[in-house]
Amino acid sequence: MQQWLGYLELILDGAVLTVQLTVLGCALALFMAFVAGLARMSKFRILRILATTYIEFFRGTSIFVQLFWAYFVLPLAGIPVSPFIAGVLALGLNVGAYGAEVVRGAVQSIDKGQKEAGLALNLTPWQRMRHIILPQAVVVMLPTFGNNAIELLKGTAVVSLISLADMTFQSQVVRAQTGSTAMPFLTILVLYFAIAMVISTTVRTLEKRLSDGLDVTK
Amino acid sequence: MAQPIIDIQSITKRFGDLTVLDNLSFQVQPGEKLALIGPSGSGKTTILRILMTLETLTSGHILIEGEQLWHMEKGGELVDADEAHLHKMREKIGMVFQHFNLFPHKTVLENITLAPRLTLGVPAREAEQRAMELLDMVGLADKKDDKPASLSGGQKQRVAIARALALEPKIMLFDEVTSALDPELVDEVLSVMRQLGEETDMTMLLVTHEMGFARDFADRVLFFDHGHIIESGPPEQIFTNPEEERTQSFLRKVLSAGKRKAEKQAAVL
Repeated sequence: MQQWLGYLELILDGAVLTVQLTVLGCALALFMAFVAGLARMSKFRILRILATTYIEFFRGTSIFVQLFWAYFVLPLAGIPVSPFIAGVLALGLNVGAYGAEVVRGAVQSIDKGQKEAGLALNLTPWQRMRHIILPQAVVVMLPTFGNNAIELLKGTAVVSLISLADMTFQSQVVRAQTGSTAMPFLTILVLYFAIAMVISTTVRTLEKRLSDGLDVTK
Repeated sequence: MAQPIIDIQSITKRFGDLTVLDNLSFQVQPGEKLALIGPSGSGKTTILRILMTLETLTSGHILIEGEQLWHMEKGGELVDADEAHLHKMREKIGMVFQHFNLFPHKTVLENITLAPRLTLGVPAREAEQRAMELLDMVGLADKKDDKPASLSGGQKQRVAIARALALEPKIMLFDEVTSALDPELVDEVLSVMRQLGEETDMTMLLVTHEMGFARDFADRVLFFDHGHIIESGPPEQIFTNPEEERTQSFLRKVLSAGKRKAEKQAAVL
């Protein structure tokens, strides 16, 4: 039993790293989702092209390959990246590409009468977006963002491939040292599930709070 | 005659192959209450939408207080207006929509204060005071903290009117503002408009199917069909003694439909 506690601690250390990767990855993904999602609807062609290229590239190639590029190829181009940064970059950019389409879809789903009312009140395009469209669109985005965040959490396991000691990596270590498969994998199963529950509960709470008065989610 | 506040000079609007407005011209005097009537698809709503800059012109010119709406002068030539010019021109015009288009995530009060604060830079407290005056006027002061979802259609439309008034436009456009309302809620909206007509010298253009209201509210009625003005004149003339065959047949249809509806309602009561 004593021995298991020691191993559990090892796995929990990994869990901390997994949470860090998830939080920072989500932050980057959220940022990229809004930047690319809004750029995709810009009236400037060049912004639309840049955003579309980003979205199609990161959706169209595997996160596994993206991670290896970030970790092994960027240094060759003279940009040194730590495994942790490479992990956050790959996760954030990959999930951000999916999020960008969520942002675009949600913004376009808002009734066009809302935009027209904003225009009739002489609000600028940015003011309309900021005060009228986005507050309503965010509520539409949230459920899918929740899914994306959980996908990202599960995606963090690939960083063990570039020797980052996340939860999955640590459980492999424990398995190698103890020969037991059930204990470490059962542990991380429970941990992944627990973190995912935290994410979905948070998103649902936000959703409830923000959807007051809107009929998008009932 | 004084300078018209709106001067529409041979405007044409096409959507693809469909000509919605065909080389149309008319003028509106300051303070005038103008009712635009006609069958659906006759182009009357499109005129309001073009005046509000929600829809572009295919050709022609519109002057608001003598100033080009959709064009501006550049190097001695008239070119298409840019966003800054449109922004300036929109200050004179407000619009109320058929489907209210209130902002559902904001309270009644915030719906009204948002634009004055953002576009005119009015301080929050001042904007709220003014909004409360307007809510008093439309009889909804007690609803200030409610979200639009909890209001009836008639209440929503009265808030929408207050919201447009908060920017103090000289011209107000009413686009079928009672068409989406249950019959028993129509009167509360019309009485707010009537009050506006009496207490202000605002220029009001209304597209409406409420013939009774058009008749006793408007100074002048324009009858539209297929993007043309078929007939125009004071309401007594249009409603009691229309000259054109098309006006006559339209009025026969809507008035008898209105009568049937009224009879049905009376029967229910």
